[in-house]
Amino acid sequence: MRRFSWFNATSLTFGFAFLYLPMLILIIYSFNESRLVTVWAGFSTQWYGELFQNEAFLDAAWVTIKVAFWSSTLATILGTMAAYIMVRAGRFRGRGLFSGMIYAPLVMPEVITGLSLLLFFIAIDVNRGILTIVLAHTTFAMCYVSVVVTSRLVTFDKSLEEAALDLGCTPFDAFRSVTLPIIMPAVVSGWLLAFTLSLDDLVIATFTSGPSSTTLPIKIFSAVRLGVTPEINALSTIMILIVTVGVITASLISRGATIKAKADERKAEQG
Amino acid sequence: MAQPNPNVIFAPWDDPAQKPLIQFKNVTKRFGDFTAIDNLTLDIYAQEFFALLGPSGCGKTTLMRMLGGFETPTEGQIFLDGVDIVPVPPNERPVNMMFQSYALFPHLTVWENIAFGLKRSDMPKDQIGDRVEKMLKLTQLGKFAKRKPHQISGGQRQRVALARSLAKAPKLLLLDEPLGALDKKLRNETQFELMDIQESTGTTFVIVTHDQEEAMTVASRVAVMVDGQLAQVATPDQIYEAPRTTYVADFIGDVNLIAGKSSPVDGGMDVHWDDNQPAIHVTTDSPLSARTACHFAIRPEKVSISAEKPDAVNVMKGKIIDIAYLGNISTYHVEIAAGVIFKAQATNNRRLSRRTYTWEDEVYLSWTDTAGVVLTE
Repeated sequence: MRRFSWFNATSLTFGFAFLYLPMLILIIYSFNESRLVTVWAGFSTQWYGELFQNEAFLDAAWVTIKVAFWSSTLATILGTMAAYIMVRAGRFRGRGLFSGMIYAPLVMPEVITGLSLLLFFIAIDVNRGILTIVLAHTTFAMCYVSVVVTSRLVTFDKSLEEAALDLGCTPFDAFRSVTLPIIMPAVVSGWLLAFTLSLDDLVIATFTSGPSSTTLPIKIFSAVRLGVTPEINALSTIMILIVTVGVITASLISRGATIKAKADERKAEQG
Repeated sequence: MAQPNPNVIFAPWDDPAQKPLIQFKNVTKRFGDFTAIDNLTLDIYAQEFFALLGPSGCGKTTLMRMLGGFETPTEGQIFLDGVDIVPVPPNERPVNMMFQSYALFPHLTVWENIAFGLKRSDMPKDQIGDRVEKMLKLTQLGKFAKRKPHQISGGQRQRVALARSLAKAPKLLLLDEPLGALDKKLRNETQFELMDIQESTGTTFVIVTHDQEEAMTVASRVAVMVDGQLAQVATPDQIYEAPRTTYVADFIGDVNLIAGKSSPVDGGMDVHWDDNQPAIHVTTDSPLSARTACHFAIRPEKVSISAEKPDAVNVMKGKIIDIAYLGNISTYHVEIAAGVIFKAQATNNRRLSRRTYTWEDEVYLSWTDTAGVVLTE
């Protein structure tokens, strides 16, 4: 272990404070008894109770979860397919263009993505609602999934697939029974990443949502304009919790697999 | 090597009535501008243990991958049992391959790895278990059946890969550098295991290797490849004793090569290589015509070394420059003319202290008139 110098400790403290102090304050005040957000009047969980009575918030939460589930699932399927093509198909005409277009949404301003999708949905005359948000989130989340899955696939031993073909698999069977189970941790973390991205997206959802499909971030944003209530603090705390659990799970899944493999290899060497 | 009946010499390649199992007919494979296989024609017979030997980049792996169905020839045809297999995808070929990296499925147990191909064949479900057990027994893996590939040692993984590729009882088994990842001792043991398994299953094996010792040990015939072409296809002893070209002579084992000009004499020919030195006499039924440029090739172990002038057909005087002591044998580097060094190998049947010649000593090299060969290519 390297020595922990004062400089390191200070940098770390400032870094963490900068990143997480605002959230910490939000979490603390979600347990405030007072209605005034900035005045501490003792510990209470009453706002959590009121939150679960609030139909509008609960509806919005339900919409958000539905959107996040479907969009992350679609994004995972499409993103995995895209990653597979980019790693496996070798050189084909337009490969550079294809990979560029998959990664473009990563750097595209969300406002542009949202606006163009809105115009597109109007042009093809689709009523905006849950479906349009799902489609919009799928487009931008699939590139994140494809980045995660690509990085796993490039280290994947191609001869495993060849062995599967050699033993009588059709190409699809080889993918299903060999490639997919092995890259599963990456696919699952891609799904979780897409899920959390969809959960907290405000900009794109604003452009593509309809009157009956308000997501939670939209709801919070509009509620805050009338003043921050402790109820919103409570809701935000819950969302932070969900996102944190999602991200940590995703990283544990990929780390756990490596650690287990290493431990097993040690055991094998000892006989 | 692969002799179904020890009393009958296994040599289907010498029997015109035998039909080859595999036929390459004028096969060419190009990758862009690079020609990996250059108009190659080759027959391999059933139950052979056939080795493709060559330096890296010679096309041996490409040739094997074409049998497996992972590469398609640019030109030419490949027949297996008389059927052109070029358009057949890998999963429909009666061919299995053992990969260099073993390519064991890490998410499946040893048992499931071996059963993988069987589950995708038309074998009835209730027979799969028996077949897997049989394979586990053949490769002595019984106690590891429930382990995952990363929970067993390298040698055991190699055997799982072999069991898996043999489970479907293919007509042809391809082995890509199968022993490359094993240490030397384990490799030697496994070579003999491979030969036993090849013999007991009667499967045709095609092995790719860059290790000439391995090829010589296991194979019934060896194909030496260079630059996408076959330099020579013959039994190990023919390759060693009667190489067709200087390349083959030099690639397989150690050899003394000396360039000269021929002159036919009674019962054979002489090779003149230096005006101040006696010509090398070779007995042969087919001497080259006078003044043909050629190489005389002789293996170091066929050259005798002595302190006294021996009574032999070919005798050369020289000075010991270097001695490589390997324990059981020693290789002497002897300068017989300015800049011409001949290697002679001798068994150390006496203790070193009792040896009569050492560095800088004048010695005599000698060999019989049939010990070497004359090559023109």
